[in-house]
Amino acid sequence: CTRYSWWGGVQMGPPDPILGVTEAFKKDTNPKKMNLGVGAYRDDQGKPFVLSCVRKAEAIIAAKQLDKEYLPIGGLAEFSKACAQLALGPENEVLKSSRSVTVQTISGTGSLRIGANFLARFHPGPHDVYLPKPSWGNHTPIFRDAGMQLKAYRYYEPSTCGFDFKGALDDISKIPEQSIILLHACAHNPTGVDPRPEQWKEIADIVKKRNLLVFFDMAYQGFASGDIDRDAWAVRHFIENGHNIVLSQSFAKNMGLYGERVGGFTVVCKDAEEAKRVESQLKILIRPIYSNPPVNGARIAATILNTPELRSLWLEEVHGMANRIIKMREQLVAGLKKNGSSHNWQHVIDQIGMFCFTGLKPEQVERLTKEFSVYMTKDGRISMAGVTSGNVGYLADAIHAVTK
Amino acid sequence: MSLFSEVPQAAPVAVFKLTQDFNNDQFPNKVNLGVGAYRTDEGQPWVLPVVKKVEKIIVHDDRLNHEYLPILGLPEFRSSASKIVLGDNSPAILENRVGAVQCLGGTGALKIGAEFLRRFYNGSNNTKTPIYVSAPTWENHNAVFSSAGFEDVRPYRYWDAEKRGLDLAGFLGDLESCPEHSVFVLHACAHNPTGTDPTQEQWKQIAEVMMYDNPLIFYPGFASGSLEKDAWAVRYFVSSGFEMFCAQSFSKNFGLYNERVGNLTVVARDADNLKRVLSQMEKVVRITWSNPPSQGARIVTITLTSPELFSEWQENVKTMANRVLLMRSQLKAKLQALGTPGTWDHITDQIGMFSFTGLNPKQVEYLVKEKHIYLMASGRINMCGLTTKNIDYVAESIHEAVTKVQ
Repeated sequence: CTRYSWWGGVQMGPPDPILGVTEAFKKDTNPKKMNLGVGAYRDDQGKPFVLSCVRKAEAIIAAKQLDKEYLPIGGLAEFSKACAQLALGPENEVLKSSRSVTVQTISGTGSLRIGANFLARFHPGPHDVYLPKPSWGNHTPIFRDAGMQLKAYRYYEPSTCGFDFKGALDDISKIPEQSIILLHACAHNPTGVDPRPEQWKEIADIVKKRNLLVFFDMAYQGFASGDIDRDAWAVRHFIENGHNIVLSQSFAKNMGLYGERVGGFTVVCKDAEEAKRVESQLKILIRPIYSNPPVNGARIAATILNTPELRSLWLEEVHGMANRIIKMREQLVAGLKKNGSSHNWQHVIDQIGMFCFTGLKPEQVERLTKEFSVYMTKDGRISMAGVTSGNVGYLADAIHAVTK
Repeated sequence: MSLFSEVPQAAPVAVFKLTQDFNNDQFPNKVNLGVGAYRTDEGQPWVLPVVKKVEKIIVHDDRLNHEYLPILGLPEFRSSASKIVLGDNSPAILENRVGAVQCLGGTGALKIGAEFLRRFYNGSNNTKTPIYVSAPTWENHNAVFSSAGFEDVRPYRYWDAEKRGLDLAGFLGDLESCPEHSVFVLHACAHNPTGTDPTQEQWKQIAEVMMYDNPLIFYPGFASGSLEKDAWAVRYFVSSGFEMFCAQSFSKNFGLYNERVGNLTVVARDADNLKRVLSQMEKVVRITWSNPPSQGARIVTITLTSPELFSEWQENVKTMANRVLLMRSQLKAKLQALGTPGTWDHITDQIGMFSFTGLNPKQVEYLVKEKHIYLMASGRINMCGLTTKNIDYVAESIHEAVTKVQ
């Protein structure tokens, strides 16, 4: 019986550009193919990596035979506390005076979403969120859907494949007061370009002058330099400098807990009383989305962070992951030099974290994919995690071939 | 001067505040009849034996990792979850017009459904579409739909306080008079909070009226008992040709409360419509949580796809359902034996975890303050909070409340 459908007018949603890369990669039969699209860490055999500290934590948790009762709306308390301490440092005055609230969220996306919803409802200033140009592709739709307007400040300088410090300061100095500025705490996605500490200091100053609300997105703490304190330096500096920031954290990459969806959202407030009010409102925002968060990943993360031997093991392993990436960067550049490339590839080494903005143009990217089965996004971004000692030589040859 | 100085303190969610007050109460014989989670006869949470078994399997399987699930979730989870509500041989499934989105619990499934409807149903971004929820309904339904942007969330008559049963005439009346293209949220079974479900005959009448107007239907939740019996209404509507969303929760029937396992089943007119709908739901998911948590979905999938484990699960579900049935019959018997004024048949007529006792707010207050028995102001009790050890105390206290407090 052919009847009318409610959905006749629904258009097909546009395909996700990054997933599209993976789909095409899967179909490719070339044995030398490389997937440099999606941002998940791979070991030197190109395999997903489950951290030992995670396996150990899981065993500890399994032995405890815990129940499955609902978590509070704001999540597992031991997790939220440890999450905040990791970002701010345990001795941070903010934590000691209880003037912040941290809720457990559905990884980084969930954290940004709750943050966006919170600002849309309560931010008294302009509802303009300034993103670096470029930023993670999902930032814009998240903030937009929450009802915020998106604007940009200069960030990436294509001619140097580096940080457009002057452009950034210039743009930031013109942002209307009380607007919101989003900063990537470390390992900028997609460019891998981070400001140096002295540059962060100047940014902090000008942001203060403009009286902007700072929204830090820290998805890669520990994963960038290999050192969790170094990677959190900018966040801590801003707080010391008097900014009451809001902060999103993810444990997808630095603990390899991708599919467990572990994250946190923190609001630094004026005092403990304000933090309580803000917390109560965050719960109101969370409840109609998913009621309360999933326990598994948060328990794993909390166990790791709060058990000294596991925490040490984690720090070693995250250092290991970061080091492997750094080594691949060096080997790629060495390979390009060896091939006689006349280009300056220093940016590949200067950039940090999982991603590298190669500077390749769309036509070159297309050739890499068609002729060499090297898959990456059109903007020239590669995920260094997809590079191994086994294929870095091939990659250097391929890039050289399309750029010489 | 702080940006957040004007942020007001929000009132806590009532049901959680109730549990908090219960926890802070020092009275030795206190009873918590609030939150909807299963309890054993010792008053303890219960991790299903089959779940413990499957968790061990997962922990020892070295092939498993923590990689991202697809945006719509674990494919085998989605299909096996849809099968248990629609039936393995559902014609809709065989016609390739059933799809699903793995979500964070029943709440998450409702959320994705609501967000999709607001964007694509009855025009585009039509926030004025009336959303009908039962009077009363789960307290979070209102918030889910209003936070998705709907401005007109209104009640349809459901609970008849006087006769302590279904107000069918009122229900059908509201269905007949509702504006065109209204959305109705129906509880497939074990209505929360009343425990009062339409009979199969009554469901047929409901479907007939809806057929005339054909507003979209949306089912929340799914409780214990026989799978086929509990899903009867959903399957009847599917076989009657309705398109619908069905928001499933595995919190209670698998006891996986804190793993946030839910499934939004979509039954569409045909495969092409289904494809487009899912593609748009994917966009909604991406800006909400990107992709869902894997642990709970893995547990459910492994269980549902293994004949042995599936049987074991059904046994575990029966264990829970039977204890609830026992508490219902014992509570009624004790109230009748005490000669408590009023009729108490509704306690055994109602189904699922909850019972709408019919106690008024004053009587509820009496129970909470004087007897340290915690229940919702609506008079809703969680039958699982009753045990063979506390049922006498509860029955006597209800008797006192009803006789002393008008």
